[in-house]
Amino acid sequence: MAAIIEVKDLSKTYATGTSALSDVTLDIREGEILALLGPNGAGKTTLISIVCGLVTPTGGTVRVGGHDIRSEYRAARTLIGLVPQEISIEPFETVMNTVRFSRGLFGKPADDAYLEKMLRDLTLWDKRDARNTELSGGMKRRVLIAKALAHEPRVLFLDEPTAGVDVNLRREMWQVVRELRENGVTIILTTHYLAEAEEMADRVGVIDKGKLLLVEDKARLLNEFGRKRLTVELSEALAELPDVLRRHEVTLSDDGLRVSYDYDTRAERTGIARILADFAASGIAVRDLSTEQSSLEEVFLRLVEDNA
Amino acid sequence: MNWRATAAIYRFEMARFFRTIWQSLASPVISTVLYFVVFGAAIGGRIQAVEGVAYGAFIVPGLIMLTVLQQSVSNASFGIYFPKFIGTIYELLTAPASFIEIVIGYVGAAATKAILIALVILATSFFFVDLHIAHPFWMAGFLILTTVSFSLLGFIIGIWAKSFEQLQIIPLMVITPLVFLGGAFYSASMLPPFWEGVARLNPVLYLISGFRWSFFDLADVPVGVSLAAVGVFLALCITVIWFIFRTGWRLRE
Repeated sequence: MAAIIEVKDLSKTYATGTSALSDVTLDIREGEILALLGPNGAGKTTLISIVCGLVTPTGGTVRVGGHDIRSEYRAARTLIGLVPQEISIEPFETVMNTVRFSRGLFGKPADDAYLEKMLRDLTLWDKRDARNTELSGGMKRRVLIAKALAHEPRVLFLDEPTAGVDVNLRREMWQVVRELRENGVTIILTTHYLAEAEEMADRVGVIDKGKLLLVEDKARLLNEFGRKRLTVELSEALAELPDVLRRHEVTLSDDGLRVSYDYDTRAERTGIARILADFAASGIAVRDLSTEQSSLEEVFLRLVEDNA
Repeated sequence: MNWRATAAIYRFEMARFFRTIWQSLASPVISTVLYFVVFGAAIGGRIQAVEGVAYGAFIVPGLIMLTVLQQSVSNASFGIYFPKFIGTIYELLTAPASFIEIVIGYVGAAATKAILIALVILATSFFFVDLHIAHPFWMAGFLILTTVSFSLLGFIIGIWAKSFEQLQIIPLMVITPLVFLGGAFYSASMLPPFWEGVARLNPVLYLISGFRWSFFDLADVPVGVSLAAVGVFLALCITVIWFIFRTGWRLRE
């Protein structure tokens, strides 16, 4: 897939001397959902703020749809929509006028039919004449998305879209994002909820201390960095492991009812087959068994710890 | 040019004005009526005509200027400060719009509001005093130039301000005293020579003088000097705003 955003050697040092980004290079493919993960202060917001024009970089280049964000800022910015972290909307204006303003600001001719479809998709149409101040928190977040989409951008940045929102609303936001992707919008979301990246993203970028540690397909990332755990539940509690199982790196739970074994999914021989054979040979009655993939959270923590 | 951005900002700002139209208009109209009652009827009757113009009529241009300067500055400063305060400024800064398009939108709306209020005050004054406008074209010209210049100043104040207190301080501490001392209620020639010299250092004197000339054909300073003063002030404000957008001062990090 072609890159819609090309970030090259991007750096930002603030006037205070704080280095927020150093030499970040990243290609974002058209039509994907890219999650930028990182702890607070890692540089995620700085990166998207530079691409969107809120922060001036100290070095490097960014091209959006082939247009340089500084020398061809009009063409570049027309392609971008930004949903900021904070809920910032004009409180006394109506929803419809708010999105009309956003569309006009980005240089698009009035098109109430498009805005109607967009507001319907975001289940805001019934509230089109309500003032923003009368809306619930979830609706305000959707108005922010509507503002960002009002000029039909090809790329949408969502900066911590679900920070501080409840579980239902978070699922609702995820659904909205999926539908946008189905409509061909490229989505870049920053988050420190790993579950969000795991749920949503096609690719995951991990940023820490201003450095992009990696960008990888989510599945591959989990696979490459992931470990699996095999848990064998026993019918009867064991006081201790029989010798035949001790040669494997297995652990017995305190209650003696579970034996677990961690293995690397990348290894040529995972050892599972031999362990299961040894269980059968030792005559231990197995009640159930399960495997569990390590989460993105563990992958992420491992990467960030390595960068420390 | 992204004129649609300018139009969007202009419409959005004017909508704010029309949402609160009665408050927007009532306050300046009531103050003007009070000035007419106090200075026109109560005190004005005891003050002799100034260079052949009845005192009640003489103060009309000054009164309009007083309101126009305050309104231009406060409308424009609030217009750009409010998005900063509530955070919606991000949208302006990420839009494919240049500073010229953004400034024309905000300043155009602020100036339009001030002009509408000036026209309402002017209409109100016809109820109280006998008024003839000697040079209507120049009156409109001075009004537009002044509202635009001071809206630009207001825009700068709105970007500079970090709190509502700072937003208020320039109109209260600078603009109002300059208008009162700039001959809103008297002619500079009525002052003793020393204070007349001091008054001539006040830039607002040139605005009021020029505006009054457009009404009564009499001025404290030559009308060309007044025009030049407005022009210099306008150019100064445009330069400062250009610098602000060029450097991102108080806007971009």
